[in-house]
Amino acid sequence: MTTTTQRRSRPWNRYRTQAWLGKAFVHAILIVLGLACLIPMMLVISISLSDELALVKSGYQLYPVGFTTAAYDYILQQPGQMLQAYAVTGLVTILGTGFGLLFSSMLAWPLARQDFRLRGPLSFYVFFTLLFSGGMVPFYILVTRYLGLKDNILALILPYLVTAWYVLILRTSFAQLPTELLDAARIDGAGEWRIFFRIVMPLSKPVLATIGLFYVLRYWNDWFLALLFINDSVLYPLQYLLYVLMRNISFLASNPQTTGVPIPTQSARMALAVLAFGPALFTFLLLQKYFVRGITIGGLKG
Amino acid sequence: MQANNLKSPATKSGFFSRWIGGQRAWETNLSLLTMALPGILLLFVFAYLPMFGIIIAFKDYRFVDGILGSAWVGMENFRFLFGTDTAFRITRNTLVMNSIFIATTTIGALLVAILMNEVYQSRMSKYYQTMLFFPYFISWVIASYFVFAFLNGSTGLANQIIERFGGDPPSWYRTPEAWPLVLTVAHIWNSIGFSSIVYLAGILGISPELFEAAKIDGAGKAAQIRYITLPMLYPLIIILVLLAIGRIFHADFGLFFFVPRDTPMLYSTTDVIDTFVYRSLVQLGNISMAAAAGFYQSTVGFVLVITANWVVRRINRDYSLF
Repeated sequence: MTTTTQRRSRPWNRYRTQAWLGKAFVHAILIVLGLACLIPMMLVISISLSDELALVKSGYQLYPVGFTTAAYDYILQQPGQMLQAYAVTGLVTILGTGFGLLFSSMLAWPLARQDFRLRGPLSFYVFFTLLFSGGMVPFYILVTRYLGLKDNILALILPYLVTAWYVLILRTSFAQLPTELLDAARIDGAGEWRIFFRIVMPLSKPVLATIGLFYVLRYWNDWFLALLFINDSVLYPLQYLLYVLMRNISFLASNPQTTGVPIPTQSARMALAVLAFGPALFTFLLLQKYFVRGITIGGLKG
Repeated sequence: MQANNLKSPATKSGFFSRWIGGQRAWETNLSLLTMALPGILLLFVFAYLPMFGIIIAFKDYRFVDGILGSAWVGMENFRFLFGTDTAFRITRNTLVMNSIFIATTTIGALLVAILMNEVYQSRMSKYYQTMLFFPYFISWVIASYFVFAFLNGSTGLANQIIERFGGDPPSWYRTPEAWPLVLTVAHIWNSIGFSSIVYLAGILGISPELFEAAKIDGAGKAAQIRYITLPMLYPLIIILVLLAIGRIFHADFGLFFFVPRDTPMLYSTTDVIDTFVYRSLVQLGNISMAAAAGFYQSTVGFVLVITANWVVRRINRDYSLF
């Protein structure tokens, strides 16, 4: 009874109606904006599930026209190139993320230490790379002529391994570790390497997860290094393969036995895009909160 | 760290040892330096060596002679670059498009952040954030497929919609005038989630007491936004915009290269410094031209970053990069 009277004491008056309408309006706008962000993806998925001839007749629609999985069947029948690209991207992502995290942390930890004498100069050394870069041309000449890494998988990994921005975020986070633990370990006679691997790294799992995800997406989504350094189709990473296929879908049909079979050009192309962004989308949905936190850490002063 | 010094007094003599602070500290510093070494080397090779390499802008680069061995030509490459219309076109496109991006993204992200804040308590807000944030994780190669699905010839969705409303859809990939709009929409789509999260964090940081006080004084939502939210965000807005202006000479290569599908007919509005450098370098093999344009971008960009940072520092030290 009391609750009812309390409710009655706040009548559904004009102000509450206005507030409710206001909120509903805000929700409506955000739903529309959110859908606008998703529509391109839905369009591409529905094209990939459409019948080739129906597409020509009715154009691209937000729903699959003449639903069929022919495009996926076609790709999976000759998966050589696609699988190869997945393998290259997977290898590059795993090695790049693993060693990138390791080397960046190993650089960030000394920079977080008050008793490291080269802290100042080395911090500047890292930071300066954010301000000035030699640009694409010297970078290209360095990698191709002097390091001889053209058409070498290392060219897809090494350049991104140590990124100043990540090092500075890690340093900020490492500097906030409780010193008592470190001092205790030191008194127990632990060396610097032991402290780093046994205490610093395990205590920093959250920030390592965040930076690790930055690395994963950076390597997974990278096309730039392949655009510059890879000509050999065996080493095409996923994104670069997609770029090549956008220009020339018949590249996929490199298998001579299948020439003559009509390629579902339009839908196969979009099916490839779906197969490429699928894993990235999945990772994103699973680990979104780490990214959001990463943006907030990233706002910290370098 | 002080404890170390107490525990192990200096055993080595000499200036270096004293500067370090004793045997134990010396060992510590050596370990830490060894630890940092891979990172130092990688940065040296992939960031610092290219910095020195920009001298090729003043050389007639030949592959066999290398960077050091090629002949000096002074300002010849720059005379060649600025003697064409291209230099003006790529500079204009870079500056104009980046300016449009900064303005539209800032305003859009602020609006979204304010709206998100209004429904922040709701369960739905998490889903809105996910939907808006998602495009940020899509590479430009894949985004170019998305754009293609809208703009392709007769089948594209945008064209069908225009036709349904009785319009005459342009042939997008042959109409340079349309591309500033297309690229702006693509850029907003890509970045609005990210930027709005930054502003939302700013709004959530505003003391709730300010809003309470305003409510008691009879301020409605609009007045609260106008007199509290926006003024409290001004420092953040100004700083983010200034930092973006510091990067205004650097275009988003993926957006300008993949989304227009590197179509020569569209270069008049889509060619920016970065795409020009890439094309000259890799597709045309005109290294001198690419090097000159790259040098121009690196140096002007550097001056802009330093200037922008200096201004930010004058406003609020905490937000400056250095």
